[in-house]
Amino acid sequence: MNRKWLATPYLIWMVVFIVVPLVMIFYYAFTVKDANGTRFALDHLMKSFDSKYMVALGKSFLYAFIATVICLILAYPLALILVKRNKGGAAMLFIFILPMWMNFLLRTYAWLSLLETNNGLLNTVLRALHLPVLDIIGTPKAIVLGMVYNFLPFMVLPIYNALAKIDNSIMEAAYDLGANDFKRLLKVTIPLSMPGVMSGITMVFMPAVTSFVIPNLLGSGKVNLIGNIIEQQFLLTYDWGFGAALSIILMIIILISMAIMQRSDEDMEGGAGLW
Amino acid sequence: MVKKGIERLYLGLIMLFLYAPILTLIVFSFNDSKSRAKWGGFTLKWYKNMLNDPMISKSLYYTLLIALLASVIATIIGTLAAIGIHVMKKKTKSVILNVTYLPVLNADIVTGIAFMLFFVAIGLKLGFTSMLIAHITFNIPYVILSILPKLSSLNKYTYEAALDLGAYPMQAIWKVIIPEIMPNIITGFLLAFTLSLDDFVISYFTTGGGVTNLSITIYTMTRRGIKPEINAVSTVLFLSILILLLIINKRTDRNTKKLGGINI
Repeated sequence: MNRKWLATPYLIWMVVFIVVPLVMIFYYAFTVKDANGTRFALDHLMKSFDSKYMVALGKSFLYAFIATVICLILAYPLALILVKRNKGGAAMLFIFILPMWMNFLLRTYAWLSLLETNNGLLNTVLRALHLPVLDIIGTPKAIVLGMVYNFLPFMVLPIYNALAKIDNSIMEAAYDLGANDFKRLLKVTIPLSMPGVMSGITMVFMPAVTSFVIPNLLGSGKVNLIGNIIEQQFLLTYDWGFGAALSIILMIIILISMAIMQRSDEDMEGGAGLW
Repeated sequence: MVKKGIERLYLGLIMLFLYAPILTLIVFSFNDSKSRAKWGGFTLKWYKNMLNDPMISKSLYYTLLIALLASVIATIIGTLAAIGIHVMKKKTKSVILNVTYLPVLNADIVTGIAFMLFFVAIGLKLGFTSMLIAHITFNIPYVILSILPKLSSLNKYTYEAALDLGAYPMQAIWKVIIPEIMPNIITGFLLAFTLSLDDFVISYFTTGGGVTNLSITIYTMTRRGIKPEINAVSTVLFLSILILLLIINKRTDRNTKKLGGINI
């Protein structure tokens, strides 16, 4: 008996429960049901291009983009500091990525109870200090804050891994060749850590752009992002075909932006003049 | 010296940002007053309420049952799959692995609605079974990915030696390969269990008929307003995940040291 047959149960499982469900999304998105039965149609896709939904899509990308940039700005120096500490840094890394494993709902809920305008702890402290209160629940600011908080560890981990991999002798060579600290960071460290930065961006941007829990809880349902609209199609208005079409559009745009980023990464590496 | 100080301050600030919300939640789970800003004395009443709340205890039961069943089944299917995939031709292998990565890379909401459409289409009522199938499916890739690297670092001649010495292939796999990859199987299992315990989005779309897990219960409760009982649930959930992770981390550490395995 050949060992490869052991994979058979999984292969059957994979086709039935991974491939077929994804095909179902396409089936629902490109068909309509009417008196004449089910037929191929682009109605759902056309409806998706309505300005109402495009605005939600645009907002989702905007907020996710801002959150990703903030994560990057916060995470890069953090990863640099941790890598410099060698062994102690590796132990500390655990502390910084631990929240990644905490229940996502719980993390969002924690901010909800902190930020509450009247009873939240943050505003009580601010009031006691006679500072202006923070009234951001239900606004895009709270949503972006929630995204940064939830997904920051996803940015720290890959950047740390990429930085830890850089061979120290390259840094020494740059130093011998007369580069100062700033130049080394700009010309050696940053270009060599780009793969980590790229996977960090992907790992933050993807869940941020598709999130519906954060806008529902921290945005008090006042800000509708694309994730919310998709959720509503399935659990509220039962327009499954339209929901499927929206999620296909979302996936395609994500794929395209990832592809563009991967390309600009290659260009940058080629043009950075590393050697 | 100044630079060191700034670095420490930076680490401290980010740590504060990451942990302050969670610590506040934990502290206020022992707060006697219903307010989320004033301390009214120490109490365990929210924990008592939590244990007496039928909705919370029911969802805790489903969370544990599904996490356990899903991770055990996923570990069995995934281990067999990894052993099989390992000896496949390069091309077949890469096709299969790419499909395996799909649920890992795809947005959760898309995976969730794909399952929902699928279950409705085959006429399976949304509930326990559908949620279990979904959990098994998103767990299997993590089991495979924790075992495959170890398989390629094994000495392939020990398996052949076992065959030469008269073992049946099944015996050789059971007695030679499985013991060698056991640490990775257990890591994969723990990883699957943790992920399953923690899942919200996919469960949310694949469940129905009153079957909920803790994440869904927290979500429903939060949307109806904040209750101190949620703080108690959160604290318990946080501590259990923390303990599980420390175990996983210890195991991977040991494996890396002993066998040069791959950290996840």
